[in-house]
This record gives sequence, C-alpha cells and structure tokens, in this order.
Amino acid sequence: MTTDSNELVLLKGLAENDRKAIETIYRVHYSMIQTLVINNNGTSDDARDVFQEAIIVLYEKAKSGSFELHAQLKTYIYAVCRRLWLKKLAYYARFSGDLANAPETIATDDDLEMYEHRTADFEMMEQALQNLGEPCKELLESYYIRKKNMSEIAKEFGYTNADNAKNQKYKCLMRLKKIFFGSYHSNNNNNS
Amino acid sequence: MDERLILESIERYIRGEMLPEERKFFEELRKSNPGIDQMVVEHTVFLHMMEKFGDRKNIKSTLQDVHNELFETGQIKQSKETKVRRLWIKYRKTVAVAASIAAITALTISSLTSYYAPRTPNTQLQVLSRQFSEFKKVQKSINESLNNKLPVKGPAPAETEIKGGTGFMIDSKGFIVTNAHVIGNSTVVVVQNNKGQEFNTKIVYINNAADLAFLKIVDSNFKAPAVLPYAINKGNIDLGEAIFTLGYPRDEIVYGEGYLSAKTGYRGDSLTCQIAVAANPGNSGGPVLDKNGEVIGVLSNRQEHVQGAVFAIRSKNIYIALDDMKKDSTLVSKTDSSFTSIHLPQISNVKNMDRVQQIKKIQEFIYLVKSY
Repeated sequence: MTTDSNELVLLKGLAENDRKAIETIYRVHYSMIQTLVINNNGTSDDARDVFQEAIIVLYEKAKSGSFELHAQLKTYIYAVCRRLWLKKLAYYARFSGDLANAPETIATDDDLEMYEHRTADFEMMEQALQNLGEPCKELLESYYIRKKNMSEIAKEFGYTNADNAKNQKYKCLMRLKKIFFGSYHSNNNNNS
Repeated sequence: MDERLILESIERYIRGEMLPEERKFFEELRKSNPGIDQMVVEHTVFLHMMEKFGDRKNIKSTLQDVHNELFETGQIKQSKETKVRRLWIKYRKTVAVAASIAAITALTISSLTSYYAPRTPNTQLQVLSRQFSEFKKVQKSINESLNNKLPVKGPAPAETEIKGGTGFMIDSKGFIVTNAHVIGNSTVVVVQNNKGQEFNTKIVYINNAADLAFLKIVDSNFKAPAVLPYAINKGNIDLGEAIFTLGYPRDEIVYGEGYLSAKTGYRGDSLTCQIAVAANPGNSGGPVLDKNGEVIGVLSNRQEHVQGAVFAIRSKNIYIALDDMKKDSTLVSKTDSSFTSIHLPQISNVKNMDRVQQIKKIQEFIYLVKSY
C-alpha cells in the first residue's frame, strides 16, 4: 500500500517541523497508543514518551526524504510504538507477554536502527554541551541551532561588539569539538 | 586568531556563503593545504551533528508543546481509570493472595468460634422460669388456707414481680440447687416443698456462667433429713437413656418422662445436654433423673418453636460449680461456713424401685423456688 496524498502532506509538514501537521497526527493517533501502552503495564507518561519517540522516528525518516511508509500512517505508528514499548518493558523488566505474542504488523527494524543510532549521537552531543557549561552552551545553541547572527548574539549576551562575541564563540566551539570528538571517537572505536 | 579566521571561512564555505571567486580561491587552498582540508572534513561532520541535534531538539519541544496544548484543550484525554487500572494490573496477584488469606482466616475464625463458643445468651432459648404475677391471687388464697393447718412463715406475696422455678436439695444441711436465671437479681428467695410448707432461704452462691445457684434453707421449721434418696451423677450419660423430671410448672409438683436425645445442648454447647420431655415455664432448676434415681442434669431451658428440644445442665457442672464456690473466700464472711462441708449424695437409695415408689421418696426434696 502506498501512502495516500493526505498522509503525504502530513509527512511533509512533519519534516518541516510544522506545528499544524504535528497537531493533526497527534490528535488522530495518540489515543490508540495510549490505550496500547496502558493496556500493557504502562502509564500515560510512558504512552507520551513512546508516542513522541515514534513521531521523531517518522520525522527523521521524512526529513531524510523518504515518505514511503509501505503502510498507512496509523499502522506505521502502531508498529513503531509497539516495538519501542516492548524494548522499554524489557528494560523495566515488567514484561507481560501479551504484547510480545501479538503478531508483528510491519517491519520497522531499519527505521528503528537509524533512530537508535541518531539517539546515541543526540545524547552524546547533549552530554558534550552539558559538560561545556554556561555561557558557552547557550552561545553555541543560539548560533548553530537557533541560527541567530553574531551581532544579535553579542547584544543578547552583552558583548561590546560582534567581534568579541565571535572570539568567545570560537573558543567555546573549539572546546565543544574537543569534548564531542573525544567521546565520539572513543565510542566509535569501542564499537568497531 | 589565524585559526579562528580559517574556521569562519570553512563555515562559510560549508554553508555555501562564499562568493564564486572566494570559493575558487578556498578550494585551491584546500587542495594545497592538507591541514585545512582535514579541518573542512572534520567541521562538516561536526556541523552535520549540530544540525541533527538542533532538529531533534526542535521537534522534541514542538511535540511537548503540542501534547500539552491538546491536553489542556481536551482534544486528547488521559483515560480516567489509568492509575487504578495500572495499580490493579501491577498488584492483582498480591490482591488475590491477600483476599484468599483474608477469606481463609475469616472462615477459620468463624468456624472455630462457632465450634468452641461457650453458651451464648440466646433469644431462641427460652428459660423455663415462670412469672408468678398471674398466680398471685391464687397463691395468696392457698397460703391463707394453708395458714390454718400448717405454720407458714415468709413474706406475703408482694406486689412486685415474682419469679418461680424448681430447685432440689443436694445436701441434707438444707442446700438447694436451682438455675441462676430463676434467682435473677432477687434478694429474697423462698422455697416451698410439695406439702406447701414455705422456708426462708439465703442465696449462697450464683454462677451465671454455668446458670447454677445454690441456696441454703435458713428456717427454724426446717428439719434436716437424715439422707437424700437420690445421688448426683458425676460421670457420663448415654444417648437414649430414659429420664424423668420433677418440677413445679404450676403450684403442684408435676412429673415428666422422656429420654436423653443428645449429649450436647443448644448449638453444640457441651455444658448441657438435650432431653426430650415435656417442660414448661417453672420446670427450670428441676432435677433430671435417670431410672436409678441419679440426678444427671438440671433442667434449664428449651428451644423456642422446636418441639421437644429441652436442655439440661449436666450434673457434673454441679460438682464444678461447688468447687468454685468452695474456693470463693469472700463467701465465708457472707454466710456461715457450712457450705464448705457440702457433700453431694453419691449413692441412690431408690435404685431398682418402681417409679411410683421412687417419686414418693424423691418428691419431698424438690422445692418450688420463688424469688422476689
């Protein structure tokens, strides 16, 4: 089955981090996942986490340009959530068995593998930024994530001119790269 | 400072912000300088990482925003039974175990209590003492007529309610046993024998648990008999044994005949036994005798609405109550010490006699007990 046009629009919206598209997906599919998780030893907080992770999987898939789900959006989200929740149950060791015995709906292994890989990178970067401390963290996030220009940042952080801010940003960036690549390489070496 | 400028150039190069000539120049530089080339590659990777990190962070915050907003506006709902249901699922095994233990405990306790419970005051049991109020007039007239022939002492029937029952002598010194419920809270108790003679008595001891009371005749007209014709049975009794009773359901002594129908009393009470005999209010406290003239019990009550279910206190309880009484040191001050020498008759003198002869011998030691 190919993704229908409505769902394609939603996925494109999602890839652009469009709030309306995300709201629609949330409204239509959240209850199903909440029921799934709660009926299988979970809480509504668990349901929220699992659902949001599934949307991130979908988001990253869409962002990489692949809108072909080979299934309905509903089926896809359900399958991803099911796998994610099984993993968490195994982790919490309050495994019920009912859910594991239910037949797999569609294969989502590749997508989930990609997701996990990126999650590892995400957590590494988060950790590196955390270790960097303030104001470096805020400074770099303003520039690289919120895409502010340097004169704006200089004003916001109280530097007398953009050049001083650039200098500070450079120092912070070098430290961050050192921390990040330090753990990144050691991590990748361990894995190989 | 130099390196900072190089890095800024690299960033601009990666982002494609360079002008065509500048870009061309920079690409030449990359080719000729491996150090700069290395920096470009590394920074590309880093910026890509930053990009992904930023994307993930943004979508996360958007999702959280959407979640909160949809919740607040009620477009998605948290199921109400969530918490209860989760607790139930988590603890249902524990709950099941706890419930079974509670059930077993409750059943055990209730069966144990019902099995071992001592006689409980029960509305279904009717004590067989009688109210004399309706007989007052009759009794008064009898007393008056008897006064001419026989010297009778004792208080005249008062306007207060009088309770009546039966009692029988257990020691020739004038000790009489009856039911505690026949005495109740009364302070003055008068006994009357089958000839109509009345004697003043003293309440010696009341044991409400065993429903037994001991009286002593304290009257100058009382002549102590040499010996009592019947014995008080100490041992066990057999089902089906023929028994007879003597009592005062009315002012005349009344004979009743029956058999031992159960070794325990109402609801398995082991202090008492069940007998099948016609018994009426007033029979309370009367002796239940076997064919040898041995007292095997004290008639006490009957089950309401059940035909022929009459209960008697087993005679061995008289021995037990007597022992308790003898141990009770407070009694010495209240009465004379004669109670310490009570000897229950052990040998029946009416064995092998026919019933009519037995009754003739026994009846004068059976008393009508009136408590005021």
